[in-house]
Amino acid sequence: MTYNRLIFELSSPGRIGFELTQQGFQDGDVSTPLDTSLFRDSPADLPEVSELEVVRHYTKVSQKNIGIESGFYPLGSCTMKYNPKINDEMASLDGFRLIHPLQPLSTVQPLLKLYHETATMLNEITGMAGTTLNTFAGAHGELIGLMIMKHYHELRGDHRRTKVIIPDSAHGTNPASAMMLGYETITLPSKDGLVDIDTLLPFLDDTIAGIMLTNPNTMGLFEKDILKISKAVHDVGGLLYYDGANLNPLLGIARPGDMGFDIMHMNLHKTFSTPHGGGGPGSGPVSVAAHLVEYLPSPVVTKVGEDYTLSYPEHACGQVGGFYGNFLVMIRAYSYIRTVAHDLMNVGPNAILNANYIKESLKNDYKLVIQKPCMHEFVFSGLIDQSTGVKTLDIAKRTLDFGIHAPTIYFPLLVEQSIMIEPTEVESKETLDQFIAIFKQIAHEAKTQPDIVKTAPHSTPVGRLDEVFAARFPTLHFKALQKVEQK
Amino acid sequence: MFKYLPLTDTNRKDMLKVINVSDVDDLLIDIPSSLRLKKPYAILPRLSEHQLRKHLKANQGTVLESYRGFGAYEHERPAIVDTLSSRQEFLTSYTPYQPEVAQGTLQYIFEWQSMITELTGMEVSNASVYDGPTALAEAMMMAVNIATHRRVIVASPLLPHVEKVIQTYAHYRNITLDVLPSKAGLIDINALEKAMQEPFSAVIFCYPNRYGNIEYFDRFVAAIHQQKALVISYNDPFALSRLKTPGSLGADIVCGEAQSLGLPLSFGGPYLGYLATKMDYVRKMPGRICGYTKDSRGERGFVLTLQAREQHIRREKANSNICSNQSLLALQATIYCASMGKQGLVKAFDQATQATHYLAQELVKTNLFTMAFQAPFAYEVTLTYVGDTEALENGLLQHGYLLGQRLDDQRVIFYCSESKTKTDIDAFVSLIKEVHHDL
Repeated sequence: MTYNRLIFELSSPGRIGFELTQQGFQDGDVSTPLDTSLFRDSPADLPEVSELEVVRHYTKVSQKNIGIESGFYPLGSCTMKYNPKINDEMASLDGFRLIHPLQPLSTVQPLLKLYHETATMLNEITGMAGTTLNTFAGAHGELIGLMIMKHYHELRGDHRRTKVIIPDSAHGTNPASAMMLGYETITLPSKDGLVDIDTLLPFLDDTIAGIMLTNPNTMGLFEKDILKISKAVHDVGGLLYYDGANLNPLLGIARPGDMGFDIMHMNLHKTFSTPHGGGGPGSGPVSVAAHLVEYLPSPVVTKVGEDYTLSYPEHACGQVGGFYGNFLVMIRAYSYIRTVAHDLMNVGPNAILNANYIKESLKNDYKLVIQKPCMHEFVFSGLIDQSTGVKTLDIAKRTLDFGIHAPTIYFPLLVEQSIMIEPTEVESKETLDQFIAIFKQIAHEAKTQPDIVKTAPHSTPVGRLDEVFAARFPTLHFKALQKVEQK
Repeated sequence: MFKYLPLTDTNRKDMLKVINVSDVDDLLIDIPSSLRLKKPYAILPRLSEHQLRKHLKANQGTVLESYRGFGAYEHERPAIVDTLSSRQEFLTSYTPYQPEVAQGTLQYIFEWQSMITELTGMEVSNASVYDGPTALAEAMMMAVNIATHRRVIVASPLLPHVEKVIQTYAHYRNITLDVLPSKAGLIDINALEKAMQEPFSAVIFCYPNRYGNIEYFDRFVAAIHQQKALVISYNDPFALSRLKTPGSLGADIVCGEAQSLGLPLSFGGPYLGYLATKMDYVRKMPGRICGYTKDSRGERGFVLTLQAREQHIRREKANSNICSNQSLLALQATIYCASMGKQGLVKAFDQATQATHYLAQELVKTNLFTMAFQAPFAYEVTLTYVGDTEALENGLLQHGYLLGQRLDDQRVIFYCSESKTKTDIDAFVSLIKEVHHDL
């Protein structure tokens, strides 16, 4: 049976897992201690466990996860590339990790310089004029990017712009970010997986604050009319926002800035190889074109002569996080860019080749939605032969039995039974061939022994989980779980 | 060839043949040729691993003997926090979208939620958010969604960076933020009573506050609830090991910065925001939530749950756009809390508090400092200096010491971690006297 005890269940009163420094105070050294009437009635019920118990517990817990180093992780739109170890080593240097964010600037000059250099290299890679690294994640970058958009229109006295246009293929964060800033969202229907300029034009007028695009989009397609789209949006005074979730295939190929985008975010945890950490920390730098640089959030790391300082420009859109973003994540991305260097030019082409190779190899078994070359990812609409009732969810769960992660499923929403596959550039042909063989085997099983697929997974630490039960009877911490299990 | 790019020329040829094109360029026909990059990026030159290591080792910040907190706290950290959290199964996995191969992540998130509910005295915690300030911004927006008035009152003095961030969010969300003045380092009761005469959605309290002072808010709770508004409490969870829980005082939403639970200072990030509330409000809560369930074999398991609140399902009707959490940091904080345990966290609080009280007492004895306020304090204290604080800070820097945070030319907020011994503090006080003398 799989280990599933919680750390609280290992607890024995009196055990300790860490020894603090002895301070050497005697009774009476402190004449006015803190008044005990301010204390809580009883201590928080934290576990009481020895160090070895903690170590064994979290080692066993970790073994219920698979990571990129366990095997292929073809999650579409997530860019699960290898997270180089040297980058982690660099982020663990004492002169980064032990630095207080409010130290005098004279003691942190090299850190500000690294920030400035990273921002400058990201400007070059994206074709933009200014970059902030103060934003914590892709969705945070989007939100701050839209704040810049709103601020720009407001400062120009242009208060009629209340709408943001978002294609139906967009990530859910796009409409959610726009909503948070009070924008009305217009959902633009796609045509053959792309923005159709004739569908777009009737929506464009002086009430449009901007349009949010992912390019290549979540269908894995490059928006071929991007130059026409950007001209049309700019002609009515709107701005173009670039969702950088799919920036990876553009490395070495094209730049959002050259396409006419005004504001964008990128995900350092996708394109620039920093670890996803099971859901964070990420980092979502925001880059803008020249006319918007003054609106970037404060503080701004600024170079003055040979020195670096923090500035708070008058028109900055505000402060958007405690300090300067996820600095240690930035150090990893800096390390990635410096070590990959001119080979960044080969990242996009290899990612695109890998995706097309899988697509072509499986298109006789899985229903291909768009019959043309893809960029870094593509979307199947389930099996070609769906007569035995095997659904996308079953295919994904069966994939797990082979020790690899499943692709993204049921996204994008505009494709039924969608399976979205993104291999990234780091995978070898051998790995891709193994994956293709697995997916062919699952397609075969779906015809010959569908129950194996429908009841999968079979070899994972737990079987298929009942998500409906979890939502109907929310049990969200240990003491609640104890009560439920006692019944 | 490059070490992260394994396709050989032969591979490439074979793959192109399967795709039935002769070149990768044939796959890029939709990209206008005017957009294609013509030359390599003009970026800094390549460094080998060896050169990178040498370069960054030579470009670090100065590690100081520190008495500064002010929202970012140095603490003793068990070595196992880093060794365990850097296991690749934790470090390199994605958000747990396929729970059958992500029980590791889901289980520690469940443990984290359990620890936060214990520390705060609340009924439910989410899986974490970006940092403390953005956690408070989310709490503020959550309260406005529940109580619907677009006005929120800040009663306690907040850390300046926390206040700035919620100001930004309030501005773009069209929320009026009424930041009240403080009185003697505490809530200005008259100002608060007056502010509560106009409709509002929430009042934000904080303890320990900007100045390190501890002041509870239970006496205001009934009046706030009577107006169908919410009580938001912003707390350092390290302090909640010993101080009364905001839950017991009547808070509706509790949030804050959990960097203090075993995370390094990291020049400000990545940090760890937490957010907890009552079960009544769980469906209005932003962020991921992990819940217990059973698998097809009847065994215990965990999944992300109540996802109908979230952006990937609800899009523009979601509670928030937030989709990640600070998962790996939540793991580190969970391992830290497990190691410190029920007794250890309280002991660390007591030691830090004892050291800070001792430092304050000894500095006042020098006659160079006086207490700025008369309120109770724990591990941070505001003192008024007879000289110029900037000159003192610079003088100490020459000796490798970091003064507490300067509030202005006269006042400094000192912080002592649990690791400061009597000998350390005596040496620091002597050094201050010496530096002062030489100014």
